Amino acid sequence: MAETTREIKRRIRGISNTKQITKAMELVSSAKLKRARERLDKSRPYYETVLHNIQEILGSTGNVKHPLLDIREVKSSLYIVIAADRGLAGGYNGGVIRLAEKRIREQNKDAKIIAVGSKARDYFTKRNYNIVGQFIGISEDPQFSDAREIGSLAMDLYENKDVDEINLVYTMFKGTISQVPTIIKLLPSNEIDEEKKERKTITEFEPSPEEVLEYLIPKYIQSSIYGALIEASSSEQAARRVAMEAATDNAEEMIDELNISYNRARQAAITMEITEIVSGADALK
Amino acid sequence: MSNFHLDIVTPDNLFFSDKVEMVIVRGIDGDLAVLKGRAPITTPLRIGKVRVFQEGKERVAAISDGYVSVQDDKVTIVTESAEWPDDIDIERAKSAKERAEKRLKDRRDNIDIHRAELALHRAINRIEVSQIKKFD
Repeated sequence: MAETTREIKRRIRGISNTKQITKAMELVSSAKLKRARERLDKSRPYYETVLHNIQEILGSTGNVKHPLLDIREVKSSLYIVIAADRGLAGGYNGGVIRLAEKRIREQNKDAKIIAVGSKARDYFTKRNYNIVGQFIGISEDPQFSDAREIGSLAMDLYENKDVDEINLVYTMFKGTISQVPTIIKLLPSNEIDEEKKERKTITEFEPSPEEVLEYLIPKYIQSSIYGALIEASSSEQAARRVAMEAATDNAEEMIDELNISYNRARQAAITMEITEIVSGADALK
Repeated sequence: MSNFHLDIVTPDNLFFSDKVEMVIVRGIDGDLAVLKGRAPITTPLRIGKVRVFQEGKERVAAISDGYVSVQDDKVTIVTESAEWPDDIDIERAKSAKERAEKRLKDRRDNIDIHRAELALHRAINRIEVSQIKKFD
């Protein structure tokens, strides 16, 4: 009997240790989430403005020739997949990677991948996808310069006709408990000018619409990527927080159950001891 | 003077959002003053200064590359970074300037030269703007 109580004690101790770790991770990601959300709120005006402007401009310029705007038959697609560097974030990495892979399968065409986060890289390398770029160590705290680098890599591929479309796969941050894996198509930009405004005013473009677009399209790509990186980093922290919270709760539940069994075992041991003493005393009579 | 709304947005924050009387920016074709009722325009900007006029007072900020868009009495300046003179880290700007100058002197490969030139422009612009404050 003493063996079992000791055994249960040992397990409780083990689970408590794990609980401490998950609890700490929960707190860490809560703090990080708070920071990431502040960042998200600060950055949203930027990329929303850029997106809004570019829509307006493409809507009002009509047919402007630009190497980044030509639409070709899609033979090869580029996927920029934004996942995390580390796991223990529930379904966060799995969700976004699955979505990307599903789309690649559906399209059934040549796919090139830019992996952000080591989880995305590892997954796609293991499955022999063509990885044209990898960005590790930026997913938690993305900078605008990271977005610029990813953007120029993607735009070079598009301009050299190595890829005929650019997709961005990331996790949109809806709230602390809801993050949605999303795909948006960055180029060709038919999706952006769909939202043509009923705009009668004629906007001037200095020096010329072509040159303004020359400048704005890269900006649009970079800021979309930046926006996605920021959304993804908030989502990652939120997902990890929720996962760790659940793990802590589970640990607590297990400890409660084990405590009950421990008490029961202890009780049984005591009862047995008493019985033994009583029967021993009886035998002496 | 009548007012219009000016937003200056950067990737890190909404740098400025208020009513102003006039704003002067440096477009790639030269300086551009925007007043209320300006016809819609979109143009890229150079690394330089933004001069904001509010209630007769002028404030200057350093910006690095971006564009300005004027639509219906709403002016938006989108830039990668914007700083008031007080926020500029002069030491950092000076060391960035030295670094860029050194890189331009060495001239190893071509891609770096363009970037170094931009960095140099940014650093000089920051130093200039940070000194504006000292005169008043």
